[in-house]
Amino acid sequence: MSATTAPSPSGAPGRSGLRKGWWLPYALLGPAVIFEILVHIIPMVTGIWMSFIKLTRIYLRNWGQAPVVGLGNYKTSLDFSSSIGQGILHSFLITCGFTIIVLALSWGFGMAAAVALQRPFPGRGLFRTVFLIPYALPIYAGIITWKFMFQRSTGAINHILVDQLHLLGDKPFWLIGGNAFWAIVIVAIWRTWPFAFLMLMAGLQSIPSDVYEASAVDGAKPFRQWRSITLPMLRPVNTVLILVMFLWTFNDFNTPFVLFGSTAQPPAGDLISFHIYDASFLTWNFGYGSAMSVLLLVFLLIVTSIYLLVINRRSQRA
Amino acid sequence: MAKKRVMLVGALAAATVAIALSGCSSNSGSSDKNVTLEYWASNQGTSLANDKKVLTPVLNKFTKQTGIKVNLTVIGWNDLQNKINTAISSNQGPDVVNIGNTWGPAFQASGAFVDLSEHADAIGGLDKFATTALNAGSQKGKTDHPASVPLYGLAYGLYYNKALFKAAGITTPPTTWEEFVADAKKLTDPSKGQYGVAIAGASYTENVHFAFLTAAQNGAEFYDGDKPTFTSDAIVSGVQRYLDLIGKDKVVNPDDAQLDNGSDPLQELAQGKAAMVLSQNNADATLLSQGMKEGDYGVTNLPWPADTPAEDQISTFPAGINIAIFSYTQHLDQALKFVKYMTSEDTQATLDKPYKTLPVLKDASPSFTDDADEAKVFTTAYNEQSKVLPQVATEGDFESAVGKAVTNLIADIAQGKNVSASDIKKALSDAQTTVEAAG
Repeated sequence: MSATTAPSPSGAPGRSGLRKGWWLPYALLGPAVIFEILVHIIPMVTGIWMSFIKLTRIYLRNWGQAPVVGLGNYKTSLDFSSSIGQGILHSFLITCGFTIIVLALSWGFGMAAAVALQRPFPGRGLFRTVFLIPYALPIYAGIITWKFMFQRSTGAINHILVDQLHLLGDKPFWLIGGNAFWAIVIVAIWRTWPFAFLMLMAGLQSIPSDVYEASAVDGAKPFRQWRSITLPMLRPVNTVLILVMFLWTFNDFNTPFVLFGSTAQPPAGDLISFHIYDASFLTWNFGYGSAMSVLLLVFLLIVTSIYLLVINRRSQRA
Repeated sequence: MAKKRVMLVGALAAATVAIALSGCSSNSGSSDKNVTLEYWASNQGTSLANDKKVLTPVLNKFTKQTGIKVNLTVIGWNDLQNKINTAISSNQGPDVVNIGNTWGPAFQASGAFVDLSEHADAIGGLDKFATTALNAGSQKGKTDHPASVPLYGLAYGLYYNKALFKAAGITTPPTTWEEFVADAKKLTDPSKGQYGVAIAGASYTENVHFAFLTAAQNGAEFYDGDKPTFTSDAIVSGVQRYLDLIGKDKVVNPDDAQLDNGSDPLQELAQGKAAMVLSQNNADATLLSQGMKEGDYGVTNLPWPADTPAEDQISTFPAGINIAIFSYTQHLDQALKFVKYMTSEDTQATLDKPYKTLPVLKDASPSFTDDADEAKVFTTAYNEQSKVLPQVATEGDFESAVGKAVTNLIADIAQGKNVSASDIKKALSDAQTTVEAAG
């Protein structure tokens, strides 16, 4: 992107004066720029502004009247000795744990499935299709089905675990209490891993098979091949894949919203996106919700920058 | 070339302005015949479609009388408050809207709705409404400037399944909390999948209502002026009494901790899986649609502990639905006519029956049920055993914060955890912090 000095087309007129049709690129870019501003920039700036005012529903009718509180909303959010700050910290830590587990297992499953399906064998197409089903299903339909399966006395999960396998004595709750965390992790992995599978499978196609053959001649076993050939050659894919999955998982809103309902969020499944939604749309404190959103944005920007810095430095050294 | 550019920019600007303007063209015609009012109705019937069916003939009659057309949209309870707030912040939306009367104080404080005391004559006078019903929708001290007026009245009562009572040999419904718990224990038999009481344990609105009512029976106040005071002993022990139903008394199916809809427990009652349910009187519509007949179920007031002094013998708050006009409306005169029509004696009598609601007009007699006992229970509760929910601007925050605190406690209990008075106090204190931040 950086090294694109436009080559001057042949027959260009002198430097003075504008070329005929100079405006065309701008005109073509114009709509995109305008919509980018409308759809992204203005809402973001509005959101940042909202985080500095006390926008409760008393002032919804006329935002201008909402008192400016400066950093007040941020102070409330970051005051970890109060119950509000503790709530955010708790939600943040839950989300971090959730993200790490979902990311690790989704990538692991995706990689395993992609490697397993790397070489042609009868029925490979069928497996590929089956593995991609969770990704192809409408999100809501899939999660609602999980919600049914997680019901305590009528759900399939407890039926299998307790009634058929007798692994547990008493039927546990999955949608309330501590198990809610594992319920949401399971659903998120189910939704996320096919994407990892798809990306890694595509990446594997670009690795020439003669590299494997050569290493086999040298006596490399499959694990050594995977570690020394597959992984390094998938590096570009992995760099992007992990970043994208991290951002999606950390910001996941649909899964908790559909799985637990719009109001009944168990503390163990209180992901940060839902926590912000809760502050904004259930208690109508938009200023405070915006402050949390800005903090989340800053956190994600920092993580992303560090990640990209580290990755780029390594690839320059390589 | 520069000239050409100016022209192009000018043309673009003109087009943009034209598009923007066409979006908000307003018909300023004052003739009633040219006016179409937008009306957002809340979900009162058994489904959104049912509401449409009930309301359409009523609205057609209004159009026939006045020439004003009404465009009806029925909105579910989970979306209604969000949509109203969106309409308020964008100044675009319906002319007339239904609200839960407990939201009244907050909307009144925001100035989003027309002050109806300034147009009292146009809606047939404010004195036609029962005082309890009218005052419930306003902030304390501002009840003479209501921003909404009552449309349907509702009250809590204790519904019971007569067949199950008979099978357990219980002849009269409980009159005190102690009898209520004793009866519930008799009616509980987990091996048959039958429980004494069913609750919507994950519904924060139901939970905050019962926290409020049991605390009120202890003489507790949730607010001192505008200041939230959620952690008094009276409130803690009231909440404890409600939680004990599922914890200590074990008369509630632990599965109920997952129910997040107020009509779920009624299904259990209709199916004979639960003997008693605390619900508002529109439950009749749900029970009938679940295959019960009038006479299969009975109703008594929400019981209080035997030693409760007379002034704390509270069984409900004056619940209900109010109707309001948005301040931004272009059709104030027509909207006022519509409010007058909806709150007229005729329309009220027509709608109370299908919606199973209590009259909100002075001296009107209830018509929602043919069961005289049931009518009496609810009318007495509404008029004599009621205490209004906090009439403060942060009432909505109170409902969500306290309601969710109770929801989480119920979830803990359902998983077998022991919830002590100090756990309840801690949860209520956290809820108070949240409300203070919003206030």
